[in-house]
Amino acid sequence: MSMDEVAVDHHDDHAHDHTPGFIARWFFSTNHKDIGTLYLIFALIAGVIGYSLSGLIRWELAEPGIGVLTKFVSGEGDVAIQNAKHFYNVVITYHGLIMIFFMVMPALIGGFGNWFVPLMIGAPDMAFPRMNNISFWLTVAAFVLACISMLVPGTAAGNGFGGGWVLYPPLSGTTGHPGPAMDILILSLHTAGIASILGAINFIVTILNMRAPGMTMHKMPLFAWGVLITAVLLLLSLPVLAGALTMLLTDRNFATQFFVPGGGGDPIMFQHLFWFFGHPEVYIMILPAFGIVSHIVSTFSKKPIFGYLGMAYAMVSIGVIGFVVWAHHMYTVGMDVDMKAYFVAATMVIAVPTGIKIFSWIATMWGGSIDFKLPMLWAIGFIFLFTLGGVTGVVLANAGIDVQLHDTYYVVAHFHYVLSLGAVFGLFAGWYYWFEKMFGIKYNSFFGGLHFWLMFIGSNVLFFPQHFLGLQGMPRRYIDYAEGFQTWHMISSIGYLITLVATLCFFIGLVASLIARKKGEANPWGEGATTLEWTLPSPPPFHQYNELPEVTGEGGH
Amino acid sequence: MRHLLATLCASLIAAPAMAALPQDGTIGMQPPVTRIAERIQFFHDDVVFWIIAVITAFVALLLIWVIIRYNRKANPVASKFSHNTLIEVIWTVFPALILVAIAGLSFPNLYYQDVPPNLEKVQSDAAALLADGNTAGYEQLTKNYNPEAAAKGFLNIKVQGNQWNWTYTYADVVDADGYALEFVSNPVHVGLSTDPTDYDERPRNLAVDYPMVVPVNRYVRFYTAAADVIHSFAVPAFGIKTDAVPGRLNEGWFLVKEQGVFYGQCSELCGVNHAYMPIEVRVVSQAEYDAWAALMLTGDYDAAAASVRKIASLDSATQLASNDNTAEKE
Repeated sequence: MSMDEVAVDHHDDHAHDHTPGFIARWFFSTNHKDIGTLYLIFALIAGVIGYSLSGLIRWELAEPGIGVLTKFVSGEGDVAIQNAKHFYNVVITYHGLIMIFFMVMPALIGGFGNWFVPLMIGAPDMAFPRMNNISFWLTVAAFVLACISMLVPGTAAGNGFGGGWVLYPPLSGTTGHPGPAMDILILSLHTAGIASILGAINFIVTILNMRAPGMTMHKMPLFAWGVLITAVLLLLSLPVLAGALTMLLTDRNFATQFFVPGGGGDPIMFQHLFWFFGHPEVYIMILPAFGIVSHIVSTFSKKPIFGYLGMAYAMVSIGVIGFVVWAHHMYTVGMDVDMKAYFVAATMVIAVPTGIKIFSWIATMWGGSIDFKLPMLWAIGFIFLFTLGGVTGVVLANAGIDVQLHDTYYVVAHFHYVLSLGAVFGLFAGWYYWFEKMFGIKYNSFFGGLHFWLMFIGSNVLFFPQHFLGLQGMPRRYIDYAEGFQTWHMISSIGYLITLVATLCFFIGLVASLIARKKGEANPWGEGATTLEWTLPSPPPFHQYNELPEVTGEGGH
Repeated sequence: MRHLLATLCASLIAAPAMAALPQDGTIGMQPPVTRIAERIQFFHDDVVFWIIAVITAFVALLLIWVIIRYNRKANPVASKFSHNTLIEVIWTVFPALILVAIAGLSFPNLYYQDVPPNLEKVQSDAAALLADGNTAGYEQLTKNYNPEAAAKGFLNIKVQGNQWNWTYTYADVVDADGYALEFVSNPVHVGLSTDPTDYDERPRNLAVDYPMVVPVNRYVRFYTAAADVIHSFAVPAFGIKTDAVPGRLNEGWFLVKEQGVFYGQCSELCGVNHAYMPIEVRVVSQAEYDAWAALMLTGDYDAAAASVRKIASLDSATQLASNDNTAEKE
């Protein structure tokens, strides 16, 4: 399908473009594009906070000994050091939670999903616009609760919950954290979960019912496929997390014994429930990025996506298999050896559909006429770095090797390659790809280019040495380490500084583009950009597709 | 990767023959001293590492090729193909075959390390092979199992994680009243200004006051438990990591082939002092172990610890190991 095959009626776009007043538009918004923008702004703010927390981690770990976080806590001398130890655990915990629940998910699903799923499938808006609004504001409320929980007592050693984003009891029970910080954090995650479930329902209903005439499932753009599968994963996995959190809450406050061994409970049960959610969650974060990268690769190669159906069903199978591999996060908890063997086998199967995606992206570029515009640089960076993160996942899938690497920096390196360098590169790729479409102005290509190259170099310098640390035995979540780890830690922290400059370039470029206000075109990318959003002006009218576009072309995106 | 490590790092640092603690600037795993760790490292360094390196290089080369060959200048007109069933079948089936191959090597490794060996079977198998005169089979068996050590049976040790130290209980070392030897192993360093600074003697963040002591070439079976929150008992040179979970008793085993001092660290976030609950295992001869156990039973922990502390550094440990070997030959 290409643009000339799509009939779009533009004549009434501006006639009905009466936008509501500021308060009504941005606080009571029911418009999918405005809500998408709100999500993106929210993710930017949460991302800055989450990224600052990782700055504290790398600053503290640049050298052995405790000498940095003491500046941020009360007390003097050894009292400050003792408080800093707890503060470090709090920092790593909230870095993870904020980046996952309040940066990557809101940006990829709430932001780009809201903006572009309706545009791409030819729908005037989301199926439930007012539910869309409450999803967003519940996410904000959840984030505020998370921030509050950082500031109220967790343990005797200080404020906040310092038990890691996985929230394992008994450390997250009254044994480890008797203070209210954990209770507020549970409330925060419940709220975020409700927001995500409502959002997921909205996406599923929209995608299944509101596609333009002629757009069958097998013609639907891959980004919509990615968001659809993500939404199904959210709908199935989040209630399990909610159940586990509720049991934790009643264990803490009403003397139930679900995870308390003294009362016949089992802390490992929580881990099973958590990872039944937690593993699909990692695909929730990456599948929308898969969709974005597919469109960018196709657009800038000026070629249709290679093996469209294979790409769509690879995502489906990743989603399905993602539900039956959770215990590979738990190889060391004392599982039966036959169970471990099963999880080894199931986990390795995921590499097959992932390989199909990587090779199909390359095949899409093969024979193309590639334009190395900024979004394409991020997409190619994504493909390479995601491959690197993926292959270390194959290493970790082997329970026999994982025993050596579990809970070391090797794991930290692995999941930052697939998330910090995978999901986040996909996110920036989408940001630059759709920037002009969303805001009607051109991005600043100089600072954008600087942003990409510094980020590519910086995040590799930051995370690659962590493989070496992990192989040598450096455990995760340590504020202090033996001298034998210092060189790579220092290099890793230098890498953070490079990414810091990259992030500054991102914001400078954003401000520069807002000042320059170079008017955007409807389709700046030319013949390769064939999805429906490029048939609309940039920015699109407040309400689009008053007359539904008709999709007549063959094949999908 | 081990070879790479050797060549790359030999010039950077004076690596001792047997490292027992993390070495700065290295890019591989700590040298193995158990068969479990040897097998893990072989499987990682010599098999899986090369597979993933080749895959990554292959993807990188393909990307470089399309960037050079199919950019706008080199190829102004894009072709429009979007299907090729053969290649799609190939890139589905071929990776699957690689994964089957990895799994085929992975499972024996997993079962070897996870299931404590049946020592009676090890002895009878060894005896049968020797009786048959099957020396090749016997050598194959002794690569993974030690029949002499099997004859001595398991040494059983319970390892309990506490916030923030370890309690070791030696079920086989009992006093006159029948109570098992049990002692707490505290970290020497906790990150505070009061920490001692004799780092050469007691490496920072790794040393403990009363180490776990086991005899060399002896099957050790350990059980992990926890008093408060989840901890994890890990010694990289042994290739072991087993969570210590409240309400559970997890089992693991090892047999150390060399004398020396080996360090590990708690590997499951357990609260404020998580970074300060190291594990120190001193592996000594059976005679030294017996002497240490006798001293521990008298309650003189300091004298007992001092008796095994003569292996203070890596070099002296290596020295000791080679002395022992010459002694045995004589």
